[in-house]
Amino acid sequence: MAKKIYLDYAATTPIDPRVLQTMLPYFKGEAFANTMSLHNFGRKANQAVEESREAIAGMIGAKTGEIIFTSSATESNNLALKGIGFANKERGNHLIISQIEHDCIVESAKWLENQGFWVTRLPVDRYGFVSPKDLEKEIREETILVSVMHANNEIGTVQLIEELGRICREKGVYFHTDAAQSFGKLKIDVNKANIDLLTASSHKIYGPKGAAMLFVRNGVKIEPLLHGGGHEGGLRSSTVNVPAIVGFAQASKICQKEMKEENERLIKLRDKLIKGVLTNIPGSYLNGHPQNRLPNNANFYLDFIEGESLIMQLDFGGIAASTGSACSSAKLEPSHVLLAIGLKPQQAHGSLRLSPGRWTKESEIDYVLEVLPKVVEKLRRISPFKKLDQQKSG
Amino acid sequence: MSRLGPYTEKAIAHFRDPHNYGRIKNPDGVGKVGNPVCGDVMHLYIKVGKNKKGKEIVAQVKFETFGCTAAIATSSVITDLAKGKTLEEAVKLDRQDIVSSLGGLPPVKLHCSVLAADALLEAIYDYLGKNKKEIPKDLRLRHARIEREKKEVGKRYKDWVKIEEEFYKE
Repeated sequence: MAKKIYLDYAATTPIDPRVLQTMLPYFKGEAFANTMSLHNFGRKANQAVEESREAIAGMIGAKTGEIIFTSSATESNNLALKGIGFANKERGNHLIISQIEHDCIVESAKWLENQGFWVTRLPVDRYGFVSPKDLEKEIREETILVSVMHANNEIGTVQLIEELGRICREKGVYFHTDAAQSFGKLKIDVNKANIDLLTASSHKIYGPKGAAMLFVRNGVKIEPLLHGGGHEGGLRSSTVNVPAIVGFAQASKICQKEMKEENERLIKLRDKLIKGVLTNIPGSYLNGHPQNRLPNNANFYLDFIEGESLIMQLDFGGIAASTGSACSSAKLEPSHVLLAIGLKPQQAHGSLRLSPGRWTKESEIDYVLEVLPKVVEKLRRISPFKKLDQQKSG
Repeated sequence: MSRLGPYTEKAIAHFRDPHNYGRIKNPDGVGKVGNPVCGDVMHLYIKVGKNKKGKEIVAQVKFETFGCTAAIATSSVITDLAKGKTLEEAVKLDRQDIVSSLGGLPPVKLHCSVLAADALLEAIYDYLGKNKKEIPKDLRLRHARIEREKKEVGKRYKDWVKIEEEFYKE
């Protein structure tokens, strides 16, 4: 039987059957209705959403009313940047982000620049860390928001979030963090880390697509993007996607309950993968920090390899992975994250992300370690650049 | 035609099992080109022979390519297309010939087909130049354009190219 190994959990996850089960009653029967309706049907739906809100708030130390449900992390991040920008124009027009944010932050910031805001993009070191000192230097009188992602989606580096939050609090600037990759995988306490806004998503943690949230600390001034019937405290009008939110909450609960054991298991798999690749493939290097990284992220660059052909060759072997190569992007540009950590364009060309997850078995990692070196060798045989490899291995 | 993701089955077949890859020892002509759009690099080697009518033909052809699925597939298919053709015919092979022999390419990958056509042209140009043969004007013009683009890509890969050159000197 042909193998099918999914190592792209950082892109999206399949739904956990336990999550799916809890969602089903909310599609029909008595709990499908509009949460804004006063009748019994509406109240049942509303109750389910409020219980979900409570569960998710509890995971990060937030108050129930501080969670705004949205449709995606992209929406949450748009709401955070644009909503804070427009609500706080009188206070200032300067935002700070990092150079390794997700496209939805990058593009929202760019859009705000066109609307008259100023944006500073903090550099990162070779591991992808934002320096707290740099942040401190860049905050000025007009700064209203700092947005630095908790864990990077490509290279997996986990920021020193508490230090960054402390600086923002001292300077009286709102601090937003995109935790789409870390929520449910790492412990987050919005009070300890002085986080004012936080983005999390359901489909990265074995919940359904179409549900996400933005934590907005009480007292933070923010404008909605969607105006209408006044759902979500007026911050996000739209008929509420009850089953998806119920699923999101259930997925969060499972992650919280299983976090410790699951992380231990994933770190073992991740480190086996990293060690295996680095020892068995000449001209292979790890991107991101060796320890301070997501439990389920391994990211490499390989000399003389172009990422898209590597992904295709791995796919022939039944392995699903991803790359930051220019050839795989619609814009034909290498990943801005890899360039920000100092990789040259040709090195970013040969990047490979393998992200294991809840159903990854050790035997699958072994299989990848068997197939990957062969595929790399094959592509190097075709490539005009290959001799470094042969020199190294004698 | 059926497809695998954005690629046709034919493109995938060439990528999976490329024809004529590698180097030719003591080639008569070498074409080294780079793609300024995405950074792909292709080397193409030819041996020139003669057909029954005494006309010069591409007798042997091999390639080495650093690049995506489309770059490798177009490299493979141009070697098939060029083999056995007279030099006159071979320089006329263009991106359209390459794209149609693959049954199409995703729009974002069409630039890859230029790379393959350029590499063949450069190899023939190299052969004609080395052997002091007359080079038609349109060939000279195309060569000048390719040279400009190569410079740009060359900057990106200068570290690797140096390693390659030193290796072959030994």
